[in-house]
Amino acid sequence: MISLADQLLVLVMLINFIMLGTSRLAFAIRAVAAQGVVLGIIPGLIHPFSGHLLVITVSMIVAKGLFIPWLINDAVRKAQIRREVEPFIGYVPTLILGAVFTTLAFVFAQKLPLAPEHRELLFVPASLATLMTGFLLLTTRKKAISQVIGYLVLENGIFIFGLLLTEAMPFMVEAAALLDLLVGVFVMGIVINHISREFSSVDTSRLQALREE
Amino acid sequence: MVYLTILLPLLGAIIAWIIPDNRMRPVILPVIALPHLGLTSYLLATDSVPSNGGWIWLDPLGKITLLGISVLFAVCAVYAVGYLAYRQERSNRVLCLGLLVCLAAMSLVTLCQHLGLLWVAVETTTIAMAPLIYFNRNARSIEATWKYLLICSVGIALALLGLLFLAYATHVAHQDATLLLSELLVGAPEINRGWLHAAFIFLLVGYGSKMGLAPLHTWKPDAYGEAPGMVGALLAGGLVSCAFLAIIRVYQVCLASVVEVAFFQNVLIVLGLFSMGVAAVFMARQHDFKRMLAYSSVEHVGILAIGLGLGKGALFGVLFHLLNNGLTKGVLFLSSANLHRSYGGKTTDVVQGALTRIPWSGGLFLAGFIAITGSPPFSPFISEFSIVSSAFIEGRYWVGSLFILFLAIIFIGMSLTVLPMVMGTPRDDLPATDYKDRLLTVGPPFVTILIILWLGVWPPEALLQLLRDGAAMLEIRP
Repeated sequence: MISLADQLLVLVMLINFIMLGTSRLAFAIRAVAAQGVVLGIIPGLIHPFSGHLLVITVSMIVAKGLFIPWLINDAVRKAQIRREVEPFIGYVPTLILGAVFTTLAFVFAQKLPLAPEHRELLFVPASLATLMTGFLLLTTRKKAISQVIGYLVLENGIFIFGLLLTEAMPFMVEAAALLDLLVGVFVMGIVINHISREFSSVDTSRLQALREE
Repeated sequence: MVYLTILLPLLGAIIAWIIPDNRMRPVILPVIALPHLGLTSYLLATDSVPSNGGWIWLDPLGKITLLGISVLFAVCAVYAVGYLAYRQERSNRVLCLGLLVCLAAMSLVTLCQHLGLLWVAVETTTIAMAPLIYFNRNARSIEATWKYLLICSVGIALALLGLLFLAYATHVAHQDATLLLSELLVGAPEINRGWLHAAFIFLLVGYGSKMGLAPLHTWKPDAYGEAPGMVGALLAGGLVSCAFLAIIRVYQVCLASVVEVAFFQNVLIVLGLFSMGVAAVFMARQHDFKRMLAYSSVEHVGILAIGLGLGKGALFGVLFHLLNNGLTKGVLFLSSANLHRSYGGKTTDVVQGALTRIPWSGGLFLAGFIAITGSPPFSPFISEFSIVSSAFIEGRYWVGSLFILFLAIIFIGMSLTVLPMVMGTPRDDLPATDYKDRLLTVGPPFVTILIILWLGVWPPEALLQLLRDGAAMLEIRP
């Protein structure tokens, strides 16, 4: 089952590239939802079955696959935008950067003092690559919605690392963390609405009234 | 009993949501906050034992933080009744709800002995505060809210990664992966060094961005500048304390690992000095007095980090400063909110001669300024002095000298802004506002400054003992 999990992680990394390359927001939202669902399945593959596992898997899939995409789509619809136009760095350069970071993640993971049973697995490189993708999205995109997607990708990267040690994160903490993520995205959605109403745009590069003179 | 500190504010939040009347609703804040303060004093006086599998324990460090938060919140709650009477043009439902949820989450932070639960509580305070910064519903406040939300969310996410690294450090050391503080402390000497270092850096960056350590402070001037005064006070006094407690918890594990403690200490000192330096640079010629207070907050989180890094004699000062900083920021933000209301602006070209126009608020702002810059007889003097003197006793002359240099620059920079505001004569072309100094808007900051004076002149023995107990928990045990 571990090998299947590894293949799914390859899929997760491919989705990273889709998000870096697309300009259509609706597509990026679907991609991040797919990534969430894939990640929701993985714990079921690497851990023995239990009620706790089932609840986490189902709530992960519902939250990341359905509810969060719905929240973001709602914000997109209200703000009436479809595309990320002119990011700070173009799509091709970010794709190349993404490839470079993914390669570096593999090289770096080789050097880390991992536990012997984790050395051959893709978890750590996939986690690092996804983290870096999240950062790239956060820093290079201008639209507030793309930044929220970047934040979600970043969270996904952290979640992949967390898969290595589910026993450290008890059920209650995991559920609460997921709930915090949900509420966080909900609040971000509301704020995006207000940004688009106030500035007639969700371009965060317009948010520059506040700075030191 | 300890759970009541969380349940009581949550109950209040529900009631605040139900109350339909905008004028009556703020009254729920002191109705919850004052019993919360009473409960806190009861818990402080009694010995608490770890409960719920060691997850919940109000240890001395938690007690100190809880005391600071509870007092500050009570002050802000009473003030809110007076303040919101002037802001009847918009609904305060979300504000009251958010404040109480935030109090519950902050109380939880002080009780947690499980680092995962602690993370959840800190994240909850972050989200609960976001709508409060947006209370003024204008372009500037939405910008501040977005920056705050994004930077803090990403920061807190990095802190989660740091926590996972910490758990992984125990896993690599062939222990059961855990995030329970007591188990981490026991297993710390065998923990994997590399992962522990990585965990510490990520957690410091994560919680540090929440706390506003430079260079992660960029959201702070915007959020503090645009939020209503009492929200600013709770950001600067409450959330900073919570994030600092989270860093202290991680630091406890680092100390227990015994070897290479110098690495962690130096990181804290360098970040702290950098924060003070950044604050000193940006404080000069600051025309917006709320932004000035934000830089003052950056300065004081720097002082906290330096003191924690110095260790030994400075620890008492750090824990004392945690209380003093929160309370003094309360005085400054609440009185600055009064100035803002009275003048209809928050820049120094509008606000002049406050002592003439509104003597009470102007005087309180001046007193708060004297206290926060570390002048006797107020209590921040004692805490800052004990930190800087222990820097010299430890032979860290460079740290001590830079500390004093930055304090001096900050004092000059801050007085260049504050003195013209309170002294002189008000401009005569100012539009009249309906604000007048009343008991509810002046009383709370006045009581707070009296507390600071009391702590500075004659601190009660029970408090000193509590601070010593807290400091003892952060000693390095060979």
